Amino acid sequence: MSQHYENPEITFQPDHSGGTSRIWKIFWVLSALTIIELALGYFLYLKHGHLSDMIVLSTKGAIAILTLAKAYYIVSVFMHLGDEVRNLIMTIVVPLVLFVWFIIAFLSDGNSWKNLRNTDAGSRPNKMEQVEKTPLENETHH
Amino acid sequence: MSTTAIPTGTKWWSGGKSPFNVSYGKVMMWYFLMSDAFTFGAFLISYGTIRFSVNHWADPNHVFNAFPFAGHANLPLAFVSLMTFILIFSSVTMVLAVHEGHKMNRKGVEKYMLLTIIGGIAFLSCQAWEWTHLITGDHAVLVNGQIEHWGTTVSKNPWGPEVLFNGKEIATPGPIAFGGYFFGITGFHGFHVFSGVIINIVMYIKTKLGHFDQRGHYEMVEKAGLYWHFVDLVWVFVFLCFYLV
Repeated sequence: MSQHYENPEITFQPDHSGGTSRIWKIFWVLSALTIIELALGYFLYLKHGHLSDMIVLSTKGAIAILTLAKAYYIVSVFMHLGDEVRNLIMTIVVPLVLFVWFIIAFLSDGNSWKNLRNTDAGSRPNKMEQVEKTPLENETHH
Repeated sequence: MSTTAIPTGTKWWSGGKSPFNVSYGKVMMWYFLMSDAFTFGAFLISYGTIRFSVNHWADPNHVFNAFPFAGHANLPLAFVSLMTFILIFSSVTMVLAVHEGHKMNRKGVEKYMLLTIIGGIAFLSCQAWEWTHLITGDHAVLVNGQIEHWGTTVSKNPWGPEVLFNGKEIATPGPIAFGGYFFGITGFHGFHVFSGVIINIVMYIKTKLGHFDQRGHYEMVEKAGLYWHFVDLVWVFVFLCFYLV
């Protein structure tokens, strides 16, 4: 038995007669992507301090791209957005393009703050020096 | 009854039908989720901005390395991976419940809704353990030349840069924003999971009472499903921003 109701808002009923094989396929895809992300995460952890900034940054970028792929599969298949008409897809996806500007603008703002902080480095005491100047004989707990 | 194939050249905007080909309720659920995506996006981008603006940030592999009943074993990423898989799996059971709803199979919907609810509760339990571990765990921190023992809270961050003190490496206080962002964003997400579990319980009861069979469709379950998948979607990004990078 399939659902049979009249809704004047729905002109064409999407086909839901298929089996569950697609759902399970996407489950394995999501699991595989997560395992690759974890592998890259462990790579960064185990090689910590032995990698150039460029490699660390590109690995993190790769993890972010894998995350976007996971997001695509969840929205497209699990939320069935991929089965909807183009009008609905566009009204949801197009506003999200704002995130491109949002991320670039704010992260570069944060980076600029860091650069400004570091330009007055001479006016701040170095943490290492601060510690060496005030040695304590007894460690006090709590 | 409508057909399944959409003929090309359908005039969606000529009136008399929804140009989005879905019910009003579903369009509004999508718009709500889009606005919620902007809320979470704003939180995560704000966190990123602050993290970019300081020279040192807590190393997630160092902070999140514990596992229940594993004592002090160093297991970075392990517990949060478990949480991620719990949420992915509960997303799968949710989409299977929606699938059974399309087939008007009440028993199937009941079974998968119950599994989804259990998955949600399991995730919340994991988060409760993780928060408790972070807040109550104490870590030696050098504060004004004295060693103190701090947990991770919204006002204390024991994960700052390490310095040499009496020949030993010891952490100094880190940026105070760490706890606020971590507990704020995972808490906001956890609250979404909590309300999702409540919504799913309501759907489960309504299914059991036969409300959707009387109505002739399981669209309510589909809308609850959209919310639940969104919660999983947000976790994918929280996982990225707090634990992986």
